[in-house]
Amino acid sequence: MISYSSPEFEVEIKDDLCIRCGACVVNCSFDALEHDEDDDRIVANNRNCVDCRRCAVFCPTLAINIYENGLAFRKHGLWTNRAQREINKQAETGGVLLTSCGNELPSTTHPIYWDHLLLDASQVTNPSIDPLREPMELRTYLGSKPDAIEIDDQGKVKAPNRPSVALETPIMFAAMSFGAISYNVHKSLALAATEAGTLYNTGEGGLHPSLYEYGDNTIVQVASGRYGVFDEYLKAGQMIEIKVGQGAKPGIGGHLPGEKIDAEISLTRMIPEGTDAISPAPHHDVYSIEDLRQLVMSLKEATNYEKLVAVKIAAVHNAAPIASGIARAGADVIVIDGFRGGTGATPTVIRDNVGIPIELALAAVDDRLRQEGIRNQVSVVVSGGIRNSADVAKAIALGADAVYIGTAALIALGCTVCQRCFTGKCAWGLTTQDRQLNKRVNPEEGSERLYNLLRGWSIEIKDILGAMGVNAIESLRGNRLRLRGVGLDEETLKILGVRPAGK
Amino acid sequence: MSFPKHLSSSWQLHGEKIIAACGLIGFMNRDKSLTDGSDIIKAIANMKERSNGLGGGFAGYGIYPDHADQYAFHLMYMDESARVTTEEFLHEHFSIVAAEIIPTDPTAHVHNPPLLWRYFVDVEAASVVNEDESDYVVRLSLEVNDRIEGAFVSSCGKNMGIFKGVGYPEDVGEFFRLYDYKGYTWLSHGRFPTNTQGWWGGCHPFGLLDWAVVHNGELSSYGTNMRHLEMYDYKCTLMTDTEVVAYTIDLLMRKHGLPIEMVEKVIASPLWEAIDRMPEDERVVTEALRRVYGPLLFNGPFSFIIADSERMIGITDRIRLRPLVVATHGPTYYLSSEEASIREICPEPEQIWMPRGGQAAATELYETAKTTNKEEVVTG
Repeated sequence: MISYSSPEFEVEIKDDLCIRCGACVVNCSFDALEHDEDDDRIVANNRNCVDCRRCAVFCPTLAINIYENGLAFRKHGLWTNRAQREINKQAETGGVLLTSCGNELPSTTHPIYWDHLLLDASQVTNPSIDPLREPMELRTYLGSKPDAIEIDDQGKVKAPNRPSVALETPIMFAAMSFGAISYNVHKSLALAATEAGTLYNTGEGGLHPSLYEYGDNTIVQVASGRYGVFDEYLKAGQMIEIKVGQGAKPGIGGHLPGEKIDAEISLTRMIPEGTDAISPAPHHDVYSIEDLRQLVMSLKEATNYEKLVAVKIAAVHNAAPIASGIARAGADVIVIDGFRGGTGATPTVIRDNVGIPIELALAAVDDRLRQEGIRNQVSVVVSGGIRNSADVAKAIALGADAVYIGTAALIALGCTVCQRCFTGKCAWGLTTQDRQLNKRVNPEEGSERLYNLLRGWSIEIKDILGAMGVNAIESLRGNRLRLRGVGLDEETLKILGVRPAGK
Repeated sequence: MSFPKHLSSSWQLHGEKIIAACGLIGFMNRDKSLTDGSDIIKAIANMKERSNGLGGGFAGYGIYPDHADQYAFHLMYMDESARVTTEEFLHEHFSIVAAEIIPTDPTAHVHNPPLLWRYFVDVEAASVVNEDESDYVVRLSLEVNDRIEGAFVSSCGKNMGIFKGVGYPEDVGEFFRLYDYKGYTWLSHGRFPTNTQGWWGGCHPFGLLDWAVVHNGELSSYGTNMRHLEMYDYKCTLMTDTEVVAYTIDLLMRKHGLPIEMVEKVIASPLWEAIDRMPEDERVVTEALRRVYGPLLFNGPFSFIIADSERMIGITDRIRLRPLVVATHGPTYYLSSEEASIREICPEPEQIWMPRGGQAAATELYETAKTTNKEEVVTG
């Protein structure tokens, strides 16, 4: 069937600059470029271009440019370019629209609240502190804390016997499975987390045998498919994360197609090669909060109460009471993944319409846990669209203990948010199991990029703290008085617990 | 005068943080010998540069020997109706042994004072259900501040009282005729608020049961500290740092039973770097304290003095952004923002020093003095 959609992008190859080296052709994994032997020129098949920019970056003479297709769509507020394209695609295939990465809807209709929050600084009455001269502390402990320290008869402090984990910076790498991303990406994350004193998350796909040595910096995930879960795996990391939901696809399971299940993946997922790995929407042993408690407790029992257990949910309308239930179910950490959270594959309709922004969910959850007096019992980690150090600082000021970054980490490794992870053709070698493409990520260099990112953000957070006149991240945590809102309505300000700027 | 009140439970949208800098001094006669109020007035007057006439106050311990076993409620009223409502409330929950107008000197340089009353009350054992007596008193005094329009409890401890108001501290001291009282511990505070709304209740010291706090500085961590305290049912209605300091000390020392050596590690915690280097035993304790009580770390510049009937403690922030001087002379222990004000009333102290940032200068009554009720008068 001929497609009624015009190509989304146009590739321009500047013939006077092109040296016919063919680097672009080799780099394009979407078959959008070809070397025409007869004419000795590079020709583009625009229909296949996904605008991942791999060719343009690797062209030695910078001869390539990519544009949005200039073909005019009649301007229409309702029947937009995107609306028409999606209808065409479904009319041609009869399928579900698939996409990747986080929600792309514009901030004009779906506000990014981080950008409506402003941080405070100290002037005169309390001095700012110079981070170049004074120590600034970012160390963060995750885990359940007692309400009070226990002192025995001899006046000695009993150290809390609950497990905890120290992060040298409050930024962790979010769950991305081996399968969704490549082995080299996993290794890059593991190395960078180790170097930076933080944690990376295996996602639901098991842990490759060669990565067990990074266990001190690993979070192992248990999700609805239970792929790769066994005794040693549970004990391999510092924390076990039960994944209930994900911001990019709340209420939806996962599907890793059989073509991607090669020998290595089969080994870590513990399923036969070539079989589909389907993660059901719910955990089939968790149909209620009391079931969740049983799962939390059985994971603790299985690991001798030495590991933290986290529960990750998507930010949905009722996130606050759900989080309270999770805390009472015995979890040590609650992870909330927002409306803009990323993924390797999700139905577009779910990604763009289900869930709520992470900023609002975080504020509501933190408030609820405090109102119930159980905020000490759990750490709160948020994710879903954290783009920079300011987002991190604002999340912590709203009440988060730490954040996860997923897409930002992939961008550090080359991702250009082309949203085609689900095709398995990632030209940057990130979200593919093609062994040739995988070589495009070198774990040594990849981990350096990731470490640099964390280092840069951490220094910036120290600058933010110093400007505020505090020298420990604890003093920013939940300190909503150091935030102000701009361009927000009264009800939203109330939910965020933040005053408007100027007040 | 006006009384800022909560318009709703949502502090974030209504309260306004009160920012103030200040001068402070306190002294304790550890043998419980008594000094009249003129010394403390003299000492705080010496630091006039540190206040701007928008607030001053005093706390005296041992000043009510005739009612030593009753809670002494000091009340400020905006009008008569607030007094009537409050007295009904007090009658309902306490047995009032004595009620009187706090004597004042109308010729002193203060303007627009509220109605000032004090009540000596007993708690009937039957009224206290499911909580201990001190929690009962705290809860009800917070309720007066929170619920009764135009009424404010400035102190509610035993054998102690807080006298404070808008004006220079020495004028406030004369207004309250402090030279007529004799106490073994005195604290004073001169205020330099950077917002102009001076109101009598917002002056310092801040009191909670026997605790009295005077404070210089601004807690940059106020929001974090305050929201953490809310989980333990402390409502921070005044939006002042001093209130947060008092509640934190109350929580840590009275409710959680931490000794001062641990409290200093909470509110002015050593750096992680230093904690990591500590000997194992000490490291475990310090790390546990910081992990559990991290939200109560006071960050930003501060020095404060806090006292109860037996103790007096001074401390600065961990990087010592505000001053604190300690001196001793015989049984008397002095804490002050400035050495000069100590020398004003004790020209040649035996010892004088400045503690390190985050290190508490703590003292308490001599063991013999804790049990005796010495009534000997020593005027200075």
